[in-house]
Amino acid sequence: MMVFTPKNKIKNHKESLIKSLLIIASTLSILTTFGILFSILFEAIEFFQLKSVWYFLTGSQWTPGRVDSQFGALPIFSGTFMITFIALAVAIPVGLGSAIYMSEYASWQMRDWLKPMLEVLAGIPTVVYGFFAAITVAPLVVTVCESLGLRASFNNALASGLVMGIMIIPLISSLSDDIIRAVPDAQRKASLALGMTHSETIQHIVLPSAMPGIVSASLLALSKALGETMVVVMAAGLRPNLTWNPLEDMTTVTVQIVDSLVGDHAFDSPDTLSAFALGLVLFLVTLVLNIFSLMMIRRFKEKYKINTL
Amino acid sequence: MKSDPHPFADTHLRKRHRRARWFKNLTLFAIGLSISFLFYFLTDMVVKGLPAFQQTYIKVTIHYTTQSQSNPFAALDKSYRKIISRAWYRALPQQMAVNPALLNTQAEVWALADDQVDQYLKGHYHNLKPKERTLVDHLQAKGEVVLKFNALFFSHSDSKIPEFAGLKSAMVGSVLTLFITMVLAFPLGVMTAVYLEEFAIDNRWTQFIEININNLAAIPSILFGLLGLAIFINLFGLPRSSALVGGLTLALMTLPIIIVSARAALRSIPDSIRQAGYGLGLSKLQVVQDHVLPLAFPGILTGSIIGLAHAMGETAPLIIIGMIAFIPDSPDSFTQAATVMPAQIFTWAGMPERAYIEKTAAAIMVLLGVLLSFNGLAIYLRKKFAVKW
Repeated sequence: MMVFTPKNKIKNHKESLIKSLLIIASTLSILTTFGILFSILFEAIEFFQLKSVWYFLTGSQWTPGRVDSQFGALPIFSGTFMITFIALAVAIPVGLGSAIYMSEYASWQMRDWLKPMLEVLAGIPTVVYGFFAAITVAPLVVTVCESLGLRASFNNALASGLVMGIMIIPLISSLSDDIIRAVPDAQRKASLALGMTHSETIQHIVLPSAMPGIVSASLLALSKALGETMVVVMAAGLRPNLTWNPLEDMTTVTVQIVDSLVGDHAFDSPDTLSAFALGLVLFLVTLVLNIFSLMMIRRFKEKYKINTL
Repeated sequence: MKSDPHPFADTHLRKRHRRARWFKNLTLFAIGLSISFLFYFLTDMVVKGLPAFQQTYIKVTIHYTTQSQSNPFAALDKSYRKIISRAWYRALPQQMAVNPALLNTQAEVWALADDQVDQYLKGHYHNLKPKERTLVDHLQAKGEVVLKFNALFFSHSDSKIPEFAGLKSAMVGSVLTLFITMVLAFPLGVMTAVYLEEFAIDNRWTQFIEININNLAAIPSILFGLLGLAIFINLFGLPRSSALVGGLTLALMTLPIIIVSARAALRSIPDSIRQAGYGLGLSKLQVVQDHVLPLAFPGILTGSIIGLAHAMGETAPLIIIGMIAFIPDSPDSFTQAATVMPAQIFTWAGMPERAYIEKTAAAIMVLLGVLLSFNGLAIYLRKKFAVKW
């Protein structure tokens, strides 16, 4: 065995070198997260030195680009939540329904067709959805509303919300599909053996078991809708508008970020820095949603001892 | 209630079965809705974009005179002035400077028509005057107006003259940007996945990395743009709107997708392979690099192609780092200002001229074509190399 010792030494050396390279590569993800956090945080702090934090969170006047500019983000938050609400109101029922059909009712051949189609829907770039919302859906909404005697703006929140909803359907359906299929078959068989119909089994046994996973998917969808940019930049308005009417134009956090960074403002002006303050809010909200969603899915996996999800 | 002889008889059975059918149809309706959205959307894009692959040309007689050298509009009859593209006129003096023998000759050529004529012939909104309209109708009756395949769309870059605008610079920009993205994201992603799956022990540090990766996969893409702006451009001083910065930003975004899929691929390799390797006296590294990685490679490749397609369609972070500039010439280095296909779509969608709408839809068709073939390739590879252990 002595013969192999020198060779083994070289091997061990190389081994530990490569292992440390791998460790360095894996820390990059942590660096990225902190890079995002700090790059936003520092600029946001600079913004809050110029403008009040309290007014930013609760004020209702957003008037950048003026001498006495005011930065009250309430109308921006309300617009974001309105569009997100419409999107989820479309995506959760349709996405969950699709997932139930695919996992519980569809035959194998049919699944082989449906799954790639939803993957196509998921693979369409957001800028394309934005164009679709602005050119096709928004005029459609206006025409339909006119025939009903309602007035709708061409930048109405409803069009962006609807298209964003369509965009999120595959996210919800594919995650929920995986989760529903991960619910142990024994539960279904027990329920069917007790004489429940298939739909009763789904509603009373499968869905409650899968609920943490479905909630987790919905939270991810919520986080995606809040941070979605292109659809709203292209189809929603620029005017901060505090209203309940989805037919009016509204603006969102992401629209304002893009708007204030694309213009020709000086980098240290409050107009530009306000983008980072909004970005910080977006980062924190999505971070909380993502972590909450990860925790729920982890609990689901531990309960049913799944490690492939 | 009537007494039923059978102890297990359920009087509500009919109602329950009806409800079951109703529920099934409801879910069928939901999936039908999703699929019909997809078809409505694709049809809409094709209907809007298909006309842009054809462009109107008008047969004209050019008079190469000394006068037309300084004023290209003199080369043609005055009546053609509004119906021939300005870009075509502008190219004339250049053509004569290159080839002086053309002076005092005449030539019959097919000249690029103005976008308004093009839109008129395709039946869209236009603002031609009645006089010009009758001229176009007259020329069409003589067969001097044709719709040809729009090769300009692929050989020209962006232009403020709609009939002259093409996708070339955006396509070149996309290739440059994605090259940077993949060169960085693929090795780093695979290395991270190998570390987490094969080497790491399950401790707090590993769990922290894992939560980080999952969070990064779900963070809004626009925030990566803010990172690119604050760190790559303002801190490192890399050139704004360049393919380099775009590629770096997209690499950070694509990394989690590649890591997650590579980990899944590594996890699907059965432990018996590893045990056999150890049994023969191989080291951990040898087992990973000679046995586990080659077996997992098709899966890793599939995930990377999907990540690449994802990066290719991303727009929001690139807008933040300034990749929506007007780029009339395609970039030839990583540090030059560049634009990418989705950003070009975004810019064209904001143009006021009607002709840009069909250009936008056509660019979308090209982009979707590329993305669908990527996804198709990924699905094909997944099917072809699928191994049941």
